[in-house]
Amino acid sequence: MSVPRYWRNMPKREKLESKKCEKCGHVDFPPRARCLKCGSDALIPYTLPDRGKLTSFTIVRSAPKGFEKMTPYVLGVVELIDRTLITVQITDVDPSDVAIGMPLESVFRKVCEDGDCGIIEYAIKFRPAV
Amino acid sequence: MRKVAVLSYGMTKVDKHWRKSLRELYGDAAKNALSSVSIPSIDALIVGNMCASDLSDQNNIGALLADYLGITPSMAYRIEAACGSGGAAILGAYTAVASGLYDYVLTGGVEKLTDGVGGNTVYSLGKASDAEYELFYGSSFVSINALMMNRYMHLYRTPREAFADFAVLMHKNATKNPCAQLPFEISRETVLNSDMISDPISLYDCAPVGDGAAALILCPVDLAKKITDSYVEVAGIAGATDTLNISSRSDILTLNSTREAAKRAYRMANVSVADIDVAEIHDAFTITAALSVEDLGFCEKGRFGKMLSSGEMEAGGKVVINPSGGLKARGHPVGATGAYQVAEIAMQLSGKADRMQAKDAEIGLAQNIGGSGSSTYVTILRRP
Repeated sequence: MSVPRYWRNMPKREKLESKKCEKCGHVDFPPRARCLKCGSDALIPYTLPDRGKLTSFTIVRSAPKGFEKMTPYVLGVVELIDRTLITVQITDVDPSDVAIGMPLESVFRKVCEDGDCGIIEYAIKFRPAV
Repeated sequence: MRKVAVLSYGMTKVDKHWRKSLRELYGDAAKNALSSVSIPSIDALIVGNMCASDLSDQNNIGALLADYLGITPSMAYRIEAACGSGGAAILGAYTAVASGLYDYVLTGGVEKLTDGVGGNTVYSLGKASDAEYELFYGSSFVSINALMMNRYMHLYRTPREAFADFAVLMHKNATKNPCAQLPFEISRETVLNSDMISDPISLYDCAPVGDGAAALILCPVDLAKKITDSYVEVAGIAGATDTLNISSRSDILTLNSTREAAKRAYRMANVSVADIDVAEIHDAFTITAALSVEDLGFCEKGRFGKMLSSGEMEAGGKVVINPSGGLKARGHPVGATGAYQVAEIAMQLSGKADRMQAKDAEIGLAQNIGGSGSSTYVTILRRP
């Protein structure tokens, strides 16, 4: 991944910064140009909550390019306490212990390395709430 | 707007065509479509393709194929809508003919997946999802669909067996399709015991990787009548979209793009779901089949397993689903798949489907999805 591309997405991936609709209160992640629910473009900065519960998950055993060394790893759809859904990696847990409905909290983690000379990519993942 | 007909079609077998290039595959399909009718010219070429720029290092596919087929200087371009590219190309060709801009449009799709090396093919297919927010986390096309399947199993208490049985039916249907990539029967255990790719999706829940091309000629119904009596009419056609990111949807188990495209296509054709005799649906994974059957309106949400086990998807049932074997067993040459589906429905309605033939089929539907539901193209054909 190019450095500018990585850099400009840092607030979203590392702090879960997004936008909230001023008109109807709907939160979209990732942010959109207009509210997905009401179509308004009156959007204000909003940081997603750091807690939620697992709506669905999968254990990835056959990974795409760049993630081969990390299998098996867990991907999940998390419903945050403000009801926003996000797709993220679930970490710090044995894949066989993951279950739908489990409470989770956000944590800053390495995601992958872009080859031997590329940048190391970081983002928010979620782990079982402690 | 002029009424539009599918005048003719041609398909290659879906397979790992090691000896054939992208242009040769489409050339074979196009030659089949062209050889069965006599037309004065091809006025335009609109072709669907997803992965050529990644796997064949080739862009500018419209001109490439016009050049290869010897139809320059006719207008040509390629349409990309991930796995929905074929259906999108047909919608493009439909509007080009219906509007009166072109009379004879060669359309369809082509995909050459086996030119990918190592993990490139999986990575290229993954680009159908949101690269910056889904792919970034190490998700693949399979794992995004696995998130939907796990949720479905949890919410509707559906066991893996119900999904496995759909794969079994698809393989059975494919034994009658000369163009199918996997024309052999399997058992429920074959699916359940196959390697887990991304829980709960195992290898036999997935469509295979393969190459293929399907070509169709669209023209005004008034001209088609003078050329052949085996044309079929495009009664309804529509496309619709949804968010790329599945977690941005209000319900990850509803394919809104399919619902919306189907609603518009039914309305345009002036038919209801009960009128559909035969359908080719987009079963990229067994879970995609379940969501598609439900969101097209063939059964209520969560009732896919019941509809399947009661035989309602086979001859004598409510609707014949995927007599070709579907993506699961006919194969899924991604950007060509939607074109195969429409060609197969045209074949059914003109009574030329041979051993695959659905009895007395008059109205048929093809549903082609791009991404994990981010776009859908629905085409309804009618026997004139």
